[in-house]
Amino acid sequence: MIWACIIGAGIGCYLLKLAGMSIPARVLERPLVERIADLIPVALLAALIAVQVFASGSHLTIDARAAGLGVAVIALLLRAPFLVVVFAAALTAALLRVVFPGW
Amino acid sequence: MTPAERRAIVRDGLGVGLATGLYGVSFGAVSVAAGLSVLQTCVLSLVMFTGASQFAFVGVIAAGGAPVSGAVTALLLGTRNTLYGLKLAPLLQFHGWRRPAAAQVVIDESTAMAITRDSTAAARTGFVSTGVAVFCLWNLFTFVGAIAGNLIGDPRTYGLDAAVGAAFLALLWPRLADRRNRVIAACAAGIALVSVPLTSAGVPVLVAGGVALLAGVLTPTAVDETEIP
Repeated sequence: MIWACIIGAGIGCYLLKLAGMSIPARVLERPLVERIADLIPVALLAALIAVQVFASGSHLTIDARAAGLGVAVIALLLRAPFLVVVFAAALTAALLRVVFPGW
Repeated sequence: MTPAERRAIVRDGLGVGLATGLYGVSFGAVSVAAGLSVLQTCVLSLVMFTGASQFAFVGVIAAGGAPVSGAVTALLLGTRNTLYGLKLAPLLQFHGWRRPAAAQVVIDESTAMAITRDSTAAARTGFVSTGVAVFCLWNLFTFVGAIAGNLIGDPRTYGLDAAVGAAFLALLWPRLADRRNRVIAACAAGIALVSVPLTSAGVPVLVAGGVALLAGVLTPTAVDETEIP
């Protein structure tokens, strides 16, 4: 099952790329399609952040991950590069767990 | 394009490739922490090869979601590459076998490094140098990260679970300059959180995707109709 999904989604993602390179632009270049296509990554990424940081199984929680996200926001406001943002968030969560085990 | 311009474009492409490729270490580590094998992790990077979709897929698996939910989320995130392809095709003018080969490296970074050029030759140089550099290094560092991830034990000790949220935020950040996007992001995050106790893992993110569809249909005035594509 997991393999089928890895291969299926992988090939699907490739076909999405190939479609863009092959389909005549006028087929997809409509205001509604463009608007939705612009909004989908915004909505999905925001939802992924929320779930990755505040969900634990089927309940919501605030733990070291939330502190990591807070530090990531500060790093982004300071225009830190991608790797610094990610590393700072991980380091924050890791250090907090040293002080408060199990958090 | 002079040889000097060409060298400058290739140098920029390699730089972007190195920075993005290094981030493959975190994907590899997060993926094996989610329970995927090293081989599965490497196949994801080779075949899927689009970072946000890959992180979303393993993120859903890590949360205990069905692989199908992860696959659907990955595909939805992959739709933006279709838009990139539409913008790139007339610029790059690839035909024959080059087009399916080039399609695999249509990603955020290669698009950004091609779309600003004023000639087909320069756009191709930017696209190919960035795309090939990211592809090679992303896959190499995915492998390194997956092996390392297997050796280090509980990823929570290193805050790797917090790194995923930060990575998604960094991908989202440039899009938040737009006010409407901020509203959509807040709504999507809120709806996803409300869905967490009510649905199985992976579904909240898909529900939030519905927010984007709905908002796109309901906000016709937000688009500048005078804009010429």
